[in-house]
Amino acid sequence: MRAPVSWVREYADLPADVDGESLAAALVRAGLEVESVEVMGAEVTGPVVVGFVRSIEELTEFKKPIRWCQVEVGAEHGHPDTLGLRGIICGARNFVEGDLVAIALPGTVLPGDFRIASRETYGHVSDGMICSARELGLGDEHDGIIVLPPNSAAVGSDAKPLLGIGDEVLDIAVTPDRGYALSIRGIAREAATAFGVTFRDPGLELVELPAPEAGSEPHPCGSDDLDACDLFTLRTIVDFDPHAPTPLWMSSRLVAAGMRSVSLAVDITNYVMLETGQPLHAFDLGKLRGPVRPRPAVAGEILETLDHVARTLSTDDLVISDDTGAIGLAGVMGGLTSEIDDESTAIALEAAHFESTKIARVCRRHKSSSEASRRYERGVDRVLAPYASARATALLLQLGGGRYLGMTAVEAAHESVAIALPVDLPGRTGGLPVASETVVAHLRSVGCVVDGSTDLLAVTPPTWRPDLTDPADLVEEVLRLIGYDAIPSELPVAPAGFGLTDAQRDRTRVGRALAGAGFTEVLSYPFVGQAELDALGLPSDDVRRELLLLANPLSDEQPGMRSTLLPGLVAAARRNVGRGSNDLALFEIGAVIALKPGQLPRGIEDPPRPPVTGRPSEADLKALVSLLPDESRHVAVLLCGNRDRQGWWGSATAASWADAIEAMQSAARAVNRVLEVRAGSAPMPWHPGRCAELVLDGVVVGHAGELHPRACESAGLPPRSAAAEIDLDALLAEAFRVVPAPAVGTQPLAKEDLALVVDAVVSASEVAQALRDGAGDLVESVRLFDVYEGPQVGEGKRSLAFTLRLRAPDRTLSAEELAAAREGAVSEAARRVGAVLR
Amino acid sequence: MTARLSNAHRLSRMSAPNSSFDPKEVSALSAESISNAVEAAVAAIASACDLEELKAVRLAHAGDRSPLALANREIGALPPAAKAEAGKRVGEARGAVKTALDGRTVELEIARDQRVLLEEAVDVTLSYDRRPVGARHPLTTIQERIADVFTAMGWEVAEGPEVETEWFTFDALNIPPDHPARTMQDTFFVGTENSGVVLRTHTSPVQIRTMLDRTPPIYVICPGRVFRTDELDATHTPVFHQVEGLVVDEGITMAHLKGTLDHFATAMFGPEARTRLRPSYFPFTEPSAELDLWFPGAKGGPRWIEWGGCGMVNPRVLRACGIDTERYSGFAFGMGIERTLMFRHDVTDMRDMVEGDVRFTSAFGVDL
Repeated sequence: MRAPVSWVREYADLPADVDGESLAAALVRAGLEVESVEVMGAEVTGPVVVGFVRSIEELTEFKKPIRWCQVEVGAEHGHPDTLGLRGIICGARNFVEGDLVAIALPGTVLPGDFRIASRETYGHVSDGMICSARELGLGDEHDGIIVLPPNSAAVGSDAKPLLGIGDEVLDIAVTPDRGYALSIRGIAREAATAFGVTFRDPGLELVELPAPEAGSEPHPCGSDDLDACDLFTLRTIVDFDPHAPTPLWMSSRLVAAGMRSVSLAVDITNYVMLETGQPLHAFDLGKLRGPVRPRPAVAGEILETLDHVARTLSTDDLVISDDTGAIGLAGVMGGLTSEIDDESTAIALEAAHFESTKIARVCRRHKSSSEASRRYERGVDRVLAPYASARATALLLQLGGGRYLGMTAVEAAHESVAIALPVDLPGRTGGLPVASETVVAHLRSVGCVVDGSTDLLAVTPPTWRPDLTDPADLVEEVLRLIGYDAIPSELPVAPAGFGLTDAQRDRTRVGRALAGAGFTEVLSYPFVGQAELDALGLPSDDVRRELLLLANPLSDEQPGMRSTLLPGLVAAARRNVGRGSNDLALFEIGAVIALKPGQLPRGIEDPPRPPVTGRPSEADLKALVSLLPDESRHVAVLLCGNRDRQGWWGSATAASWADAIEAMQSAARAVNRVLEVRAGSAPMPWHPGRCAELVLDGVVVGHAGELHPRACESAGLPPRSAAAEIDLDALLAEAFRVVPAPAVGTQPLAKEDLALVVDAVVSASEVAQALRDGAGDLVESVRLFDVYEGPQVGEGKRSLAFTLRLRAPDRTLSAEELAAAREGAVSEAARRVGAVLR
Repeated sequence: MTARLSNAHRLSRMSAPNSSFDPKEVSALSAESISNAVEAAVAAIASACDLEELKAVRLAHAGDRSPLALANREIGALPPAAKAEAGKRVGEARGAVKTALDGRTVELEIARDQRVLLEEAVDVTLSYDRRPVGARHPLTTIQERIADVFTAMGWEVAEGPEVETEWFTFDALNIPPDHPARTMQDTFFVGTENSGVVLRTHTSPVQIRTMLDRTPPIYVICPGRVFRTDELDATHTPVFHQVEGLVVDEGITMAHLKGTLDHFATAMFGPEARTRLRPSYFPFTEPSAELDLWFPGAKGGPRWIEWGGCGMVNPRVLRACGIDTERYSGFAFGMGIERTLMFRHDVTDMRDMVEGDVRFTSAFGVDL
């Protein structure tokens, strides 16, 4: 809402020294969001005066018609030898001899650093400029120059105040609860309250209209939907002059408020709407057939609105109709068939009250909004319609002539409800002492009627504040008028807490461990599409392809929620490689979505929606939560290029499958868990021979290894990129858990090195486990220290060399014990995997 | 030197009474020959240039075949009366040689160390970036820092799902079905517009879940990822992060809200920071306020910046969660993490926080 300060001043007796900035500051404190304070025509400097067009000479020898005008600008502005007359060249044609116009004299600077000077053009010395609204920075109007109303100003006088130049305009963003602030009326009330000055309400003073002639019949109206439209009024005016001009004071205010001047009748409806907040609509009476009535639309009914959009209506829509059908979308926009035009001499003026959610729903359905609907959606004063239409009618009669034939109206019964407000509630809520008198005074200043005892007030909100329904709403009114600045600052003392949960702490540890291991975190968008899963080569029946779909994705390429973190890491890796970072170790911790068994990717229609008047039943809550998919946190890494760089210390080491596995093991170690690494299934996108299953408590929680060469290629990754992804929640799942302290033996250590030859397909972890199990209780650790493949062990075989560290808790191990442990280990390895001691 | 001279003097004085012994048998024990042996040893020791040479000198003058060692052996051949004196003389001589050897050894070891360590010197400014360090995303670490501020006050961190029901996201928060926020202009709907499931547009559903799961007193923050249908540009992102705070307890006032926000502001932006409330409107709070932050470290000088929204929890919301509004009141606040990071660290483009460029993230290290 753009509010010219001069307009606000008409209804609020603001002190003379209040300017736009100080008014804005006061309104901000009161809760209106003032986005800017603008000065109309701020860039105009120098003299702009009222000129009288004495004569026009048409110059026809040029490509376009040009006028050579003699304009009186007053003796003090004219040349001494021409006695106040100046010759000016002008291309516009919308004025005649005898008109008053706005003249920018030489020396004036117009917006865009347009300097006016005497200059020779079209064969004459043009001694100033006749201005259009756009040239003065007063809007977009450039169809012609500004013609001032006859006798509206003295020739030679300053034209700026007439044109609204220099008037400050506040641009106010109105929150959804403050519909009344979408009017000069509402803003002036706030301004008057803020400065403690008198407010004159332009809304509820009923303008006196001439009594309709006896026997005259105003156009009939009715309502078929008193729930959606509880007040509908129609005033009839005939013999109106459709060519009567809009006065400058009105058009300049419309422009300042951000609207265009269209025609007198339309301008008046807009002007009164801006002033009072009541939307008005003028029908061409000559085009109406039968009574005008709001009614629910008929399904499939078609209405072409003023914006030339043919709208197919549904029973959820509310229309204004006559005998011909729908003639307007109620509260939103009029229809084309009854639009007033240049020849309309008879007007039916509609002013109504529509239910706000109804209008909001209609706007949503039609993806359309208007100045009217913005006000209805936020709530319009319940009783304002006849007052506002009286004001508009008076202006129509005054400025456009015509006769008033009276008003027809329908209205539903309406009761105002008083809110019970404990008088101490504002103080208890604000945390500061608030006297009862203060509460009452502030509520009255916003227009409430306040009754009741000293402890409990009965507060009836004014009709223009439909947002005030609860005691808390009244508390806000009182506190905002006291000023939030008065609220003290006091830190509440919480009861002792337990800090972060184990899972929360552990997630941080995993992140720190990976960062410490050289990985950099990315936070990808969770949106994914089948093409990205195709690139990773996921089979068509892969469970990760069952995506939860969005109804309105940002991009049709990514309509689903991610089921794996890999696509996001792939995209980030490609972006980084594209920007020249080739050696990458990335990680991400984030949510992935999986459909529950039987859950549809598009959910169900008609989900449960329990009431909000109290806590839902446990059954209702369960039904709600059952709508949701499974959401779990994963951690994933992606490596490409070199893990260790080349440098003076030696050559580079390429990132490999082993780094990916190690990353997940460090992540697990950071939370005191151990991931078992197992050779096993390796679905796409993994390299079938270079991928490990990561196992926790016997359950596969993820994979790590090299990516399949085809996946690297189609996903645009460097060859031999490696990755890993595990279910982080599974890693953190155990509830309360403490690490048991180990018994640290102080007896001497015995070491046994064993080289075992096994089939190449036997995994090292199996051999290690066999050695561990076979060596018995004395084993402290089993560590692989060498792997050999070659002629010495034969084709299809390899040699694995392990160090066994053995120690007894209470004695030095004897040679016999060592031999037994060694023998046990070797024979167990032989039994399980056919290992032969080398 | 003084010691050596005085020894020599004593040796010559003491050798006189032994002249009656067989000169052939005991010539090695003569005062003169011992004195000569010591002098020769000391000279050789002094002229040894390195430890290797000194080793040869040691062998020659203090080894088993050295003159003094041989002289020592001859002591046994002397008459008992002369043994003591000769033994003393030889012992003093060998002591002098040992002292000289030890001294020279230390000198030469120091010299060797100086030389060798100098030779081993390296250019310690050679950069060792063999495995560059990693980093965590600043949006992660700033959320942890925020959690630290509140857990230090006894608050806890509540979490909830990113895919959420409309009931938790809107209905329970007093956002009615026709509220503009509930259109596809703002909200990602899952499946269809009527599925009752959305991507949460704020972390407030976590507040609802918390109030349903726990009984007051409740002191929690809810950090997390939220979604709105904005296109990514320098100042917007469809996926961003918020932190909200919720307190429900007996006697909670707006003063407590203000106190909490002031404390939070100081913890994040330094001791000069403070907050200001401006009346505003949110369906889930009443009274509601916009939250401005006095940011002392702002580029171009301290100023007020819009930080978030807050207010007293609307009793309608408490009722929807089954909380007794006669007994309890509460406050809530919320702010964007991206925005907080943007002005705290002077990030000028939202896309930097989204794209995962390692050069951006690396700058913030492992912890903020």
